[in-house]
Amino acid sequence: MKLNDAIIGLLLLAVGLAVLIGVQDYPNIPGQDVGPDLFPALIATGLLIGGAMLVVRGWRERSIAPWLVWGDWRHSPRHVRAMLVLVGSVLFYIAASDWLGFVICSVTILFLLFRALQLDTTRSITVAVVASLVIHFAFYKLMRVPLPWGVLLPYAW
Amino acid sequence: MVFEPYTLMVMVLAAFYGLFVGSVPGLTATMATALLVPVTFFMAPIPAVAVMVTATAMAIFSGDIPGCLLRIPGTPASAAYTDEAYAMTRKGEAEKALGASLVFSAVGGLFGTVVLIVAAPALAEFASQFSSFEYFWLVLLGLTCAVFITSAQPLKGLITLFLGLLVACVGLDNPAGFPRFTFDSVEVMGGIGMIPMMIGMFAFSEILRFVADTSPPTTAVVEKVGNVLKGQWQVARKYPVQILRGSVLGTSVGALPGAGADIAAWMSYAISKKFSKEPEKFGTGHVEGLVESGAANNSSLAGAWIPALVFGIPGDSITAIVIGVLYMKNLNPGPSLFTTNPQNIYAVFLIFILANLLMIPLGILCIKGARRVLKVPRNMLMPVILMFCIVGTFAINNTLFSVQVMLVAGLVAYVLESNKFPIAPAILGVVLGGMLEDNFITSMIKADGNMLAFLSRPIAAALACVTILIWVSPSLLALIRRRQAPPETLKR
Repeated sequence: MKLNDAIIGLLLLAVGLAVLIGVQDYPNIPGQDVGPDLFPALIATGLLIGGAMLVVRGWRERSIAPWLVWGDWRHSPRHVRAMLVLVGSVLFYIAASDWLGFVICSVTILFLLFRALQLDTTRSITVAVVASLVIHFAFYKLMRVPLPWGVLLPYAW
Repeated sequence: MVFEPYTLMVMVLAAFYGLFVGSVPGLTATMATALLVPVTFFMAPIPAVAVMVTATAMAIFSGDIPGCLLRIPGTPASAAYTDEAYAMTRKGEAEKALGASLVFSAVGGLFGTVVLIVAAPALAEFASQFSSFEYFWLVLLGLTCAVFITSAQPLKGLITLFLGLLVACVGLDNPAGFPRFTFDSVEVMGGIGMIPMMIGMFAFSEILRFVADTSPPTTAVVEKVGNVLKGQWQVARKYPVQILRGSVLGTSVGALPGAGADIAAWMSYAISKKFSKEPEKFGTGHVEGLVESGAANNSSLAGAWIPALVFGIPGDSITAIVIGVLYMKNLNPGPSLFTTNPQNIYAVFLIFILANLLMIPLGILCIKGARRVLKVPRNMLMPVILMFCIVGTFAINNTLFSVQVMLVAGLVAYVLESNKFPIAPAILGVVLGGMLEDNFITSMIKADGNMLAFLSRPIAAALACVTILIWVSPSLLALIRRRQAPPETLKR
């Protein structure tokens, strides 16, 4: 996803300004001239200067550099679907892993992604289940990471 | 400590992991290291370091295999000489190319290790005289190098550096102990985790790139490869200067913060072509470039550990991740590591030597098995890696916040890289931001606000001069060039 430099420059200007406003009320270290606001303020100033330079450069190049180019994948519905599934799966995991449990989430995510990437159905299901169980075993049993059980808690092994 | 069965066993396992990850195009050595962190979390310090060193050394070598056989580099470090190696395969000399890659990667790695063994303790003794002023200028110099040497557009490199530094400011961990940018969230008070960020930026963004890739899937047709060690001794006798030059360049580039194996390989290949007695043969399938760059990218791995161990300043992205692991294991990098826990340093040296020696037999095995490895379908591999990323980031702190960080960092890195913003300065900004600010504030407090104190000590002043020189040199060079131009335009 390509943006004209000017747009990125504007975003950076916004970030820099936000930081400068945010650090306004930080107190100083007791008894010193310097405080926790100095370093972020310096960085924000740098971002403002850099952002401004990018805006100038982007504006100068506006005839040859378009404002926004999505990339080849935008034109292929298959790829758009795959990207959405990819980002969606992480969001799904963050939202649902606590009440659905790791195993169910993992099998669902893997199956959906395999299908989105054109893997055939039988292999999608088998590899999804096997991989989820292997990852669960490796992290839960071997490394004792508290992966959530969710709905499977009564059947926990 | 190194020769315990457990350590040796995990080294061999890590070697296979590294060989596998390196040889699958689309999986990079940095991704391999980032994904190993959750695993090494649960190991003792020395096996953890052994795993990381072995895996990366193998991955940098095995990236040459698909490059040679399929013209697709397995890792960015092999991209410099992929065309050359493939040309050799087409001439029927695949064994010679792979053998050269293997042997001279090991040689380069061993050379880099020797430099590490000699230089690191000497540098550490020098560094024990450093105070906050010297560290401030050193970190600034390191960040400057990362911006100016590694990116084609220093402006964009500077911007990503600032963004990385800004991320490092978040949280409670600053000289004032004041919560910054925490938005009243307890999670954020601990700062934005470095490891979830790196897994996001190196692993998740690669997965994004793979999914978005619209090019048709390549069918890998790999021929059998014979004895790779045949004829390598003759090659070694023919190109001793190249081996040495490649190793020296690789080690030096590796030691420069931010510049890693891929830059070492590109520079080395260019230098090899420039100083060769047969430059016309480059590009037609000539082994000289492979010898020099193969040595360079593996020696850069050892070189990167020199500033990492002595100062805690990573020499490349891989060591940036390893530094995070060292801090987690209480092996804080710095001169004190050499005085209080020298046995750990010697263990690291031994691990490097072992890993590079192990490369030869295991590398041969991998080359033989290349056909099967390269047939693994990536659309099956990538989703599994995604789950591994999610669980791995969750495992660091047992909180879903890390997974959120991974997602955001990965998306931001993907967009930035599509717009030609280099990622390496951002990593360095996050890793070194805290160190930079601590030393800056400490120095300001010591100097009572007097800025001249930053130049009062000799070593600090010298470091400051070098840093400022690098800042102004691009503009100076442009000025000099503009002054030289007018007389020629007048002639016309």
